[in-house]
Amino acid sequence: MNVIKTLDELNAVKAKAAEVVNIRVDGKDSGVKDVLVCGGTGCTSSGSMNIIKKLEEEIERNGLKDKVNIIKTGCFGLCALGPIMIVYPEGTFYSKMEVDHIPEIVESHLKNGVPVKKYLYAETVEGDTIKSLNDTAFYAKQHRVALRNCGLISPEHIEEYIARDGYQALHKVLTSMSQDDVINCLLASGLRGRGGAGFPTGRKWQFAKASVNDQKYVCCNADEGDPGAFMDRSVLEGDPHSVIEAMAIAGYAIGANQGYIYVRAEYPIAVERLEIAIKQAEEAGMLGDDIFGTGFKFHLGLRLGAGAFVCGEETALMTSIEGNRGEPRCRPPFPAVKGLFGKPTILNNVETYANVCQIILKGPEWFAAMGTEKSKGTKVFALGGKIHNTGLVEVPMGTTLRTVIEEIGGGIPNGKKFKAAQTGGPSGGCIPPQHLDIPIDYDNLIAIGSMMGSGGLIVMDEDNCMVDIAKFFLEFTVDESCGKCTPCRIGTKRMYEILTKITEGKATMEDLDKLEKLCYYIKDNALCGLGQTAPNPVLSTLRYFRDEYIAHVQDKKCPAGVCKSLLAYKIDPEKCKGCSLCAKKCPVGAISGELRNPFTIDTNKCIKCGVCASNCKFGAISKS
Amino acid sequence: MVNIKINGVDYSVPEGSTILEAARTAGIKIPTLCYLKDINAIGACRICVVEVKGARSLVASCVYPVNEGMEVFTNTPKVIESRKTTLELILSNHKKECLSCVRSGSCELQELCNEYGVEENRFEGENPAVELDESAMHMTRDNSKCILCRRCVAACGVTQGIGVIGANERGFATQIASPFDMGLADTACVSCGQCIVACPTGALTEKDDTQKVLDAISDPDKFVVVQAAPAVRASLGEAFDLPVGTNVEGKMIAAMRRLGFDKVFDTNFSADLTIMEEAHEFLDRVQNGGTLPMITSCSPGWIRYCENYFPDFIPNLSTCKSPQQMFGAVVKTYYAQKLGKNPEDIVSVSVMPCTAKKYEVNRDDQSAAGVPDVDITITTRELSRLIKKAGIMFKDLPDEECDSPLGTGTGAAVIFGATGGVMEAALRTAAWKLTGEKADSPIEFKEVRGVEGIKEATYNVGGKEVKVAVASGLANAKALLKKIKAGEAEYHFIEIMACPGGCVNGGGQIILPASVKNFTDIRADRAKVLYDIDSANKMRCSHENPDVKAVYDEFFGEPNSHKAHEVLHTSYKAQKLYR
Amino acid sequence: MAFKKSAVPFSGTPEQEERLKAVIAEHKDDPGALMPILQKAQDIYGYLPIEVQTMIADAMEIPLEKVYGVVTFYAQFSINPKGQYKISVCLGTACYVKGSGDIFNKLQEKLGIGSGEITPDGKFSLDACRCIGACGLAPVLTVNEDVYGRLTVDDVDKILEKYN
Repeated sequence: MNVIKTLDELNAVKAKAAEVVNIRVDGKDSGVKDVLVCGGTGCTSSGSMNIIKKLEEEIERNGLKDKVNIIKTGCFGLCALGPIMIVYPEGTFYSKMEVDHIPEIVESHLKNGVPVKKYLYAETVEGDTIKSLNDTAFYAKQHRVALRNCGLISPEHIEEYIARDGYQALHKVLTSMSQDDVINCLLASGLRGRGGAGFPTGRKWQFAKASVNDQKYVCCNADEGDPGAFMDRSVLEGDPHSVIEAMAIAGYAIGANQGYIYVRAEYPIAVERLEIAIKQAEEAGMLGDDIFGTGFKFHLGLRLGAGAFVCGEETALMTSIEGNRGEPRCRPPFPAVKGLFGKPTILNNVETYANVCQIILKGPEWFAAMGTEKSKGTKVFALGGKIHNTGLVEVPMGTTLRTVIEEIGGGIPNGKKFKAAQTGGPSGGCIPPQHLDIPIDYDNLIAIGSMMGSGGLIVMDEDNCMVDIAKFFLEFTVDESCGKCTPCRIGTKRMYEILTKITEGKATMEDLDKLEKLCYYIKDNALCGLGQTAPNPVLSTLRYFRDEYIAHVQDKKCPAGVCKSLLAYKIDPEKCKGCSLCAKKCPVGAISGELRNPFTIDTNKCIKCGVCASNCKFGAISKS
Repeated sequence: MVNIKINGVDYSVPEGSTILEAARTAGIKIPTLCYLKDINAIGACRICVVEVKGARSLVASCVYPVNEGMEVFTNTPKVIESRKTTLELILSNHKKECLSCVRSGSCELQELCNEYGVEENRFEGENPAVELDESAMHMTRDNSKCILCRRCVAACGVTQGIGVIGANERGFATQIASPFDMGLADTACVSCGQCIVACPTGALTEKDDTQKVLDAISDPDKFVVVQAAPAVRASLGEAFDLPVGTNVEGKMIAAMRRLGFDKVFDTNFSADLTIMEEAHEFLDRVQNGGTLPMITSCSPGWIRYCENYFPDFIPNLSTCKSPQQMFGAVVKTYYAQKLGKNPEDIVSVSVMPCTAKKYEVNRDDQSAAGVPDVDITITTRELSRLIKKAGIMFKDLPDEECDSPLGTGTGAAVIFGATGGVMEAALRTAAWKLTGEKADSPIEFKEVRGVEGIKEATYNVGGKEVKVAVASGLANAKALLKKIKAGEAEYHFIEIMACPGGCVNGGGQIILPASVKNFTDIRADRAKVLYDIDSANKMRCSHENPDVKAVYDEFFGEPNSHKAHEVLHTSYKAQKLYR
Repeated sequence: MAFKKSAVPFSGTPEQEERLKAVIAEHKDDPGALMPILQKAQDIYGYLPIEVQTMIADAMEIPLEKVYGVVTFYAQFSINPKGQYKISVCLGTACYVKGSGDIFNKLQEKLGIGSGEITPDGKFSLDACRCIGACGLAPVLTVNEDVYGRLTVDDVDKILEKYN
């Protein structure tokens, strides 16, 4: 690719690439088919690379090489149905692909134009008609801004990004906007940080611009660490240039010429795509010493995390880039004044950056028209847990949790009852059924004791024990605490120990009181945001599920039947036929009896593994 | 100045102060544990939290700057309850053997727990299994008492620029230790003990040698002599509630006599002897083209540092033994001869402001009479413990003087205990020598005094230009040596002391809490004691010391004689330990 | 104190040392170079024993303890060699609520090793990991580059067999 110096040159590249990409955007049939296979982590894990290989073979064999393009994209969102493949221009959606399906699909669909219905996503097939993906429940209520290119373009080709208005915003900013114009545009849009706390992005930039220094930095937080959250990864895998372009714009706005993307090493595909994208952006002159011939200079470096959740905290992330233990620093001084290497720095997360170029191009009013009064735009959520449509969804702020879970997410499998949704990861909380109709935005979530966090949304059903869940998050926090400050280092450990006591039925009401006091103490006293929010999973479950805690403490019972120490397996003598299968399967010899007479379980020996119950053919063994 | 309110009262405080500092000027002491001014402002322990109006959570006052109109509350129920819980959490992970802990009474954690009326066992739970590190000659690390304040890490890494200890692992498993959990003895630790005086609790302690002293004294077959270094008299009083900067020379001597030593001498004697040797060595190097700059060798921490980190500079080191070792060597040779005793029957004890001396007595080439020059060395702290255990009411003691003949020192000797002192003492004698031994040769060289880390001066001594530098604290020494290595600076004579401020601030001195050290410069206060003794002394120069003259007349002949070399000088070699 | 040197003797080759030196030379002057250097060193040697950390510390003129402190802070750095087959079980929320904890326990039991340990024959090492982002496939485990999803406890034996 030649260096692009002018808008005309950019538009020329755009026009040429648009011919290719538009098949997917407006469905014009040009006699060529684009086969998009998801190359995101979810689908790659379920074997999409083998699908691509087989496709290539079959297309070659059928002599379709000139008629079919295979494009490896980023995430489509519906990870539960992976591997996923879409055929354009018609936009037919194949799910749960298997290598064995390929010959038939190539022959029938790609060669003869007849989609193979039995392999299509069932939701898109209605009798004889095949619905567009956008009309399915999963996509219909979504509104894609940050994810607009994910699953639509090849992330490894800068031309495809340019075809989708890529680098137009950077050109506009560099040639027709002042630094303050850019910042004011962001302020007017109402964009707030998508990484967790929701600090207004424009204000952050404003502070950093106001700091006078010969060197400033722009950083991107791609250390997405909340368990169950993977939207940032999807953006990086599916549309890396949208982040690169936005960082260059940020560099211009605050007066920085160096940026760093700090990305989890656990995301090898994202890292690889970023490396390719940075290289291509450099070759195209979108990064470098004289961008668009304006003299603006901006370079971007990639730094890999090494497995420390705390590095998602902004000061810890910076200490980590500096080559130290990723321990947070006290604020003030704030990074906008003294950040990376002691210089003014802004740090935004991936999804935040992914919104920036759209705001510049379409105007702040367009963005501010979406969402609620104080939370503008859209939010990407990673749906997971006990839900049908596990995957990524992007909805306008203010959409209710019920819409996300029941309509988009397809509800809870196996006819189970919804119990809670967990948002905000280890810093967030559990939202009970009574709050399902609250419009999701930053402030509402905080008001009900959770937080937006980066957007993980884990659904739990009646089989999940909320004390166990709280313990799970605390265990995570204890493991991931950096160990610098006393409240987090020792306090969370003691909380975890009390929770363990509760799940083992050894706790008293006094312990419960101590636990709650510790929560408030850590909130007030921990050094960093992560420590201060670490008690949230406990506080929110105590708030909405205190009964469950009390059942563990006073009745020594786990209502959801999860906490093993509190379970007792019992054989119903009425139902037991005395077949002895359970006794044979019991790994510890806790079951005895005479053939054809009811057997019994020695509760002292029983380790509550549940093997007996799952093997009993008569449903005679139950837990309580 | 900015205007703030603390607990509802208006104050005007300097811009850029922290809340902690501002409160202090307002007469409010906010407790601290991890904070050490200039080197450890990390806001980690959370003991110093206060409420700031409008802030989301409590803030750490040690690092939080004041700003105009700020309203601070240092004493609300929430603050008090929070600090108490912090202490209780620390205690839940702390070996509570306070009754026998050597730091009982000087433990900052203990004092706070007492003030806040904690429930000792409110939180119980797992404590990580830790092993005692007793590998080093001079100290013990007991991480079961460590509260992870990291003051030792800062002392080692920032003040001394060494960094052989640090935080390992993370979260609840975090431990302060050396890499790969190796013993301190495997590292290039210089034994300076700055970590020990930084430690708020009993996690870091010197190896206690007081029992050896008691055993020697009670052994009827042993003749036990003791020497005390100049800096000891400037700190010992602090253990008996005397203000920082009290000169307790006379009481110290009286106390040692009452402990039962057969003779109580003074390291000042051998400090003067060191100057005679070192000044002559310097003049010899200058006149005969020896390696320059010459660097002093009194500080064993510095020697160990040089051998490990800057072996290129070994030829620059003065070959003179340290005053402690010279003293011991004279005791086991000259004095033994004088007494008509077998050197093996003499136990030579030293009281030092220094933990590295425990390492130095075990160095090679430190046994002039075939037996160790010094048998037992104890720190100022250990001496204070011996005095307390013996029931000696220190403050009530009379001022006494040392025994003869090794008990006399000049003003030049006593300033050895402060940074720049050895330089000044050497310059006094060198000037006297170069000006033709005139009685009115210059005495005071004030440019090399003071607590700054690196001091430089150029003197015209007897028509010769002498460029000198003085560094204290090994990070400063490192900076100085790097400059020399890079050819950016040139000197004739350099004094280096391992501890910042010199021996008065040595790792063996009485430990003062951070609440004192953060607000007063104890280096300056203690140094003043020594300079006052110097200016009050009739003899200001080492060559005037009658005991020193006698030892040359009767034994060594003259400075740098063959015999002097055998007894009073030593050798060095490069070390390769884990750095 | 117990010197935590690796039980397995260091067997670095001159070729590896050359590569490490080249990496250090390339990055030495970058700001914050220690992390990238450690990551590349671990790629070269598979782990970061004292010999490797000492080389890095000496070349960068920083204390060994500084290197070790960083290495032990981050979960991805290892001072012990990993097994021929590195098994990681995702214990992220999505996987956990779908039972990955039981799978992890089963593996511990089958292999007779705990988290972060290696079997005596050097064949398998076992780690618990945080979300690898394959939540749609929960619960998930990986063996080297292979990903296994939608698992039940009963799948463990079959998976292990593949590598025996």
